[in-house]
Parts: sequence; C-alpha cells; structure tokens
Amino acid sequence: MAWTWFHRLGSPPYIYNLAARLTPWFAWPAALLMLAGLVDGLVLSPTDYQQGDGFRMMYVHVPTAYLSIMIYTTMAISAAVGLIWRIKIAHAVAASCAPIGASITLCALVTGSLWGAPMWGTYWEWDPRLTSELILLFLYLGYMGLRSATEDVQRADRISAVLAVVGIVNVPIIHFSVVWWNSLHQAPSLMRLGKPTIAVSMLIPLLLMLLAFTLFFAAVLLVRLRAEILSRERSASWIREVVTP
Amino acid sequence: MKALSDFFDMGGYAGYLWPSYILTFAVVVLNVVWARRLLARSREEARRRLAMRAGTEAGAAPTRAGEAT
Repeated sequence: MAWTWFHRLGSPPYIYNLAARLTPWFAWPAALLMLAGLVDGLVLSPTDYQQGDGFRMMYVHVPTAYLSIMIYTTMAISAAVGLIWRIKIAHAVAASCAPIGASITLCALVTGSLWGAPMWGTYWEWDPRLTSELILLFLYLGYMGLRSATEDVQRADRISAVLAVVGIVNVPIIHFSVVWWNSLHQAPSLMRLGKPTIAVSMLIPLLLMLLAFTLFFAAVLLVRLRAEILSRERSASWIREVVTP
Repeated sequence: MKALSDFFDMGGYAGYLWPSYILTFAVVVLNVVWARRLLARSREEARRRLAMRAGTEAGAAPTRAGEAT
C-alpha cells in the first residue's frame, strides 16, 4: 500500500503530468531569485578588498560550476538507477540532463577563464581543477554523441548509462583537485568543514544565485523530460489526451 | 551619470565581467528556449503520428461500408 507512490514514479503518464504541473513552481522562483541575485551581486554587495569589482565574477562562475557537477551527479545516479532496476523513466531523466549540463559546463569554463585572465594573468592553464572540469565537458559531449550515434533507444540507454556511471569518478576529482594538488584555483569557501570563509554581504547574493540556478535546472529538466517521454512512448494511448489541444 | 558609468566600468573589470554575465544569461535563456522548442516538436510529432494512425483506420472504413451495401 505504502509503495504505490513509488510505482507511480515509473509510470510515464503520471510523470508527464506531474512534470507539467511542477514546472512553473520551479521556473518562476528561479527567474525571481536570479533577478534578486543579479541586483544584489552587481549593485548592493560591497567591493572586495583584494579583487575590487572583479570578484563579482563569482556570482556567475560559482553557480555554473556547482551546477555542472550537480547535473552530472543527477545524470549518473539516474543512469545507474536505469541500469540496475531497468526503469525507462530513469534513462529518460539521464538523457535530458546531458545537454543542460554540457552548456552549463561550457559557461563555467568560459567564466572561469575570463576570471583567471585578470587575477592569475592567464586564460588557461593545464591545472588539475581546470583540466578535470574540461574532462567533465567531454564526458557530457561523449554521452550525447554516444546516444545520438546509437539508433536503438534501449541500447543507447544502456551504453550511455555505463559511460555516465564510469564518468562519476571525475566528480570527486573536480571537487578535491584544489585540495589534493597544488592548484592555481582557490580552495572552497563554502563547501568546507567549519564556517564559510566569505563575508555575509557577499555570501547572500551567492546563495540566491545557487538556489536560482538549481531551480532553473529543475524547470528545464522537467520540460526536456516531457519531450523525452513523448518520443519514447510512441504507441501509448494516453498520449492522445496530452497532445490534443 | 558618473555613478552609472562607474557601474558599467566595474572598477576596470568590465571587459571580463560583462561578457561572463552575458554568456551565462544567454545560456540560461537558450536552455529555456531549446527545451520548450523540443517539447513543442515532440508534441507535434506525436500528434502527427496519432493523425496518421487515425487516417489509416478511416481509410479502411469505406471498404467495410462498401461491403455492407
């Protein structure tokens, strides 16, 4: 009895309708929080004593970098669930994550490069943090390439899921790269033991942006998931109800 | 006016800061646009498939009607 909700999570029509209902609840708060974060981060927060206004790069670089890893983790976990329990919806979630993740990873790399130029004096360095983040982009692209090169959807699901799961080893490498090796990149200010090493007035816009980008990802994922479900459930009769205007 | 140009100058980091913000928010907006377009296309495709199936069923109907008369 208590497990019925769990079984419903594997049902395409249930997920399709749930995703449609939930999307605005993620999308609108994401838009508002992003706007608040922008104003707070660009106008209200004080200038850094060391980096001047250059530190404001943080409000786009940190959320995109965090999201690039968070999306990959979501993708790999969904892929693993799909592989182990053969749940099609889980594969659909993983497949929907990849293009969002790839574009956000590109953002994290470019904003990082543009931050590095004035602060480190270089756009790029084959540094552990930068290199492992670049590998993350290649993992996303490889995942997408593998999927589009495999005609049969179930085969594509399985093969790409293996790549996603194996690639998860890169996630702790990215996170701990700045601790394990001597990196140009600074160590974490937030995700560390003890208190964050950042002033509250600078922290608040960052938290707004982190929350906004997380909600943004959820909203876009839900829209992509619906498209993915529709293209997979070719002959299901429930589709008639959801696509007839 | 001075305050505004100071804001856009971003303490001399304008050349790095603004491209980053523009890129990031372009990617955010594009993600929304691409996802919505993908869903619209999938819905359209599903609708076409359903119409095609209904078409073949309707095409078979007159023969049955002809047999009846």
